[in-house]
Amino acid sequence: MTRQEEDRIKQLLQQSLPPVDPAAEPSRDLWPAVLRRIDAEPAAVPGPARQNWFDWALLAGLVVFAVSFPATIPVFLYYL
Amino acid sequence: MPQGSDIVRSEDLLNRFRLGDLNAFESLFREHQRSVYGWILRIVRDPAAAEDLMVETFWRIHRAHARFEPARSFEPWARRIATRAALDWLRARRTESGSADLDQDVADLPSKPAPDPGIAAEIRLKASQAFARLPPGLRIAAVLSVVEEQPHKDVAAALGISVGAVKLRVFRAIRLLRKDLLGQGITP
Repeated sequence: MTRQEEDRIKQLLQQSLPPVDPAAEPSRDLWPAVLRRIDAEPAAVPGPARQNWFDWALLAGLVVFAVSFPATIPVFLYYL
Repeated sequence: MPQGSDIVRSEDLLNRFRLGDLNAFESLFREHQRSVYGWILRIVRDPAAAEDLMVETFWRIHRAHARFEPARSFEPWARRIATRAALDWLRARRTESGSADLDQDVADLPSKPAPDPGIAAEIRLKASQAFARLPPGLRIAAVLSVVEEQPHKDVAAALGISVGAVKLRVFRAIRLLRKDLLGQGITP
């Protein structure tokens, strides 16, 4: 794709999707809707960090290791 | 330029928001609603959806209040959450309807297209349809950078990616659009 083609496609895009009016604003006051949404689903109480995929992968790895080498279980238990 | 008392007031407001003060949250909502709404509208190009996404965005902001760092600016953080909400909406819409009916969205926009006599209406329609078929991640980068002419660094901050990644996404979007248009017999 040449630079000229790229510029023409950009120009076509600008013609097809006109920029949004910078003065656009909501047609109504949305604060009451935000409050209703908050009341319906209260914010989570700050707590411990969420478990991520790595924690689960590590746990799964340990389980697989323990099943494969059951003799190591007492060693793990000793270090817990 | 903000005065000293304004800065103190702003820091106090952000600290109170972080602690879950609903009045502080409402003040921030009132202060930033217009710009956040404008940002969402630029992405989804549908006023009704933008209003729904405003509610979703500020609910997410409220939910994440404890994670907000008052030393940072509120608006870029809000834009990032808004962009994520808009991206989720675009993905859900794409899954539901296959290709989105963007033509109706364009017709609903507050500012109507300024027809260029050099570009036929049919070609513009096909281009907007091809644009609607783009993957949402590319679509957001392209619409904000090319159509809305937002600075790359603002788009990058909103998407949580680097400036280089934004440029790459725009390039990939343009390349896919070209391929789609050529498939429809339109030579850009």
